[in-house]
Amino acid sequence: MELISLGVRSIFIDNMVFAYFLGMCSYLAVSKKVSTAVGLGLAVIFVLTITVPANWLIKEFILKEGALSWMGSGFASVDLSFLQFIMFIAIIAAMVQLVEMVIEKVSPALYGSLGIFLPLIAVNCAILGSSLFMVQKDLNLVESTVYGFSSGIGWFLAIIALAAIRERLKYSNVPDGLKGLGITFIITGLMGLAFMSFIGISI
Amino acid sequence: MATETLEQPVVKKERSEGLLSKRRRKFITDPLNDDNPITIQVLGICSALAITLKMEPTLVMSIAVLFVIVFSNLIISLFRNLIPNRVRIIVQLAVIASLVTLVNEVLKAYYYDMYKVLSVYVGLIITNCIIMGRLEAFAMGNKAWDSILDGFGSGFGYAWIILAVAFFRELFGFGSLFGFEVFKAIGIENFPNNGLMVTPIGAFMIIGIIIWIQRTKSGYVEH
Repeated sequence: MELISLGVRSIFIDNMVFAYFLGMCSYLAVSKKVSTAVGLGLAVIFVLTITVPANWLIKEFILKEGALSWMGSGFASVDLSFLQFIMFIAIIAAMVQLVEMVIEKVSPALYGSLGIFLPLIAVNCAILGSSLFMVQKDLNLVESTVYGFSSGIGWFLAIIALAAIRERLKYSNVPDGLKGLGITFIITGLMGLAFMSFIGISI
Repeated sequence: MATETLEQPVVKKERSEGLLSKRRRKFITDPLNDDNPITIQVLGICSALAITLKMEPTLVMSIAVLFVIVFSNLIISLFRNLIPNRVRIIVQLAVIASLVTLVNEVLKAYYYDMYKVLSVYVGLIITNCIIMGRLEAFAMGNKAWDSILDGFGSGFGYAWIILAVAFFRELFGFGSLFGFEVFKAIGIENFPNNGLMVTPIGAFMIIGIIIWIQRTKSGYVEH
């Protein structure tokens, strides 16, 4: 039950885009067409579901104070948490590379649709952000898997909604200066307003 | 955009070019307006908007980003001929992540309250696309001093936009600036605070409007 609550919270209330402004760069750049937005969104869900638990393992067994005690009592007082950023970004970059190779081998069709987006994801702040939030919220392994997956779903919903609106927007008369980026920001603001109505929901 | 300005023929003798010659001053002035990293190039929005609720954390964030961008530009441009092309992204990420770790530790040690306020967003400077973008587009192909200037230019371009957003959000959301209650000071006792400015929506709206004003002035139209 708590897991469902965590999932719903991170999809709707703590939405990566509308509440934390994460992953904005690719959110704005790749939301011109619904079909590409779906591809990127799926890739984000995929990578988040893998990297957040992977980073949890890194944090728990290597970085945390006293985490290295499994190597022997001499390591019990080692605290490597200052290496967190470097380790996390390295894990993410490595995971993205690995996922790319696995998909290419296993399912060429999926690779065809996700392929070009995967390298982009290594520098998507939603991925690193989720891992950092995972540390801050002090989740366990199962929770962090759920958290990663549902944050990905939230991001996926946001980018698809925006892409659908932007496809329609092509036919409307927007002032010259607002065209493109300006109006996209304002739409995102309005969508955030809609998502705010989920605040207070608890399951 | 930027490439046109870089390729201007330099008529003067190469060796005696001043430290702040006209060509080099452009590195700083261009990103402030015509080639702004946020409003024109659409980079670095991720970590920028979340901390613009008040002026003080925004200022700290701008300084942190400025520090990281200038030094990563310098380091990468010094090593540009030694870095193999295939692993350059990893090298760049490693340099950025080390600098961000440095900033994070300094904040934690000397400025703990601010460290709590900025929380994960300091770490997210690593994935700030302005920094990666400048390393990739500029520092990999230019000399050290030029890269430092370019870093300052992009850093200031980023800083003034987020400071402008923070100015309006704090002024209308809390009625204060840097914690100083402006409206009370000029005699307006119960200024109605705008709750929308405190939420993320305020940031999206303000940056949309800034982009609108800036593009109307410069005549830049996106198709």
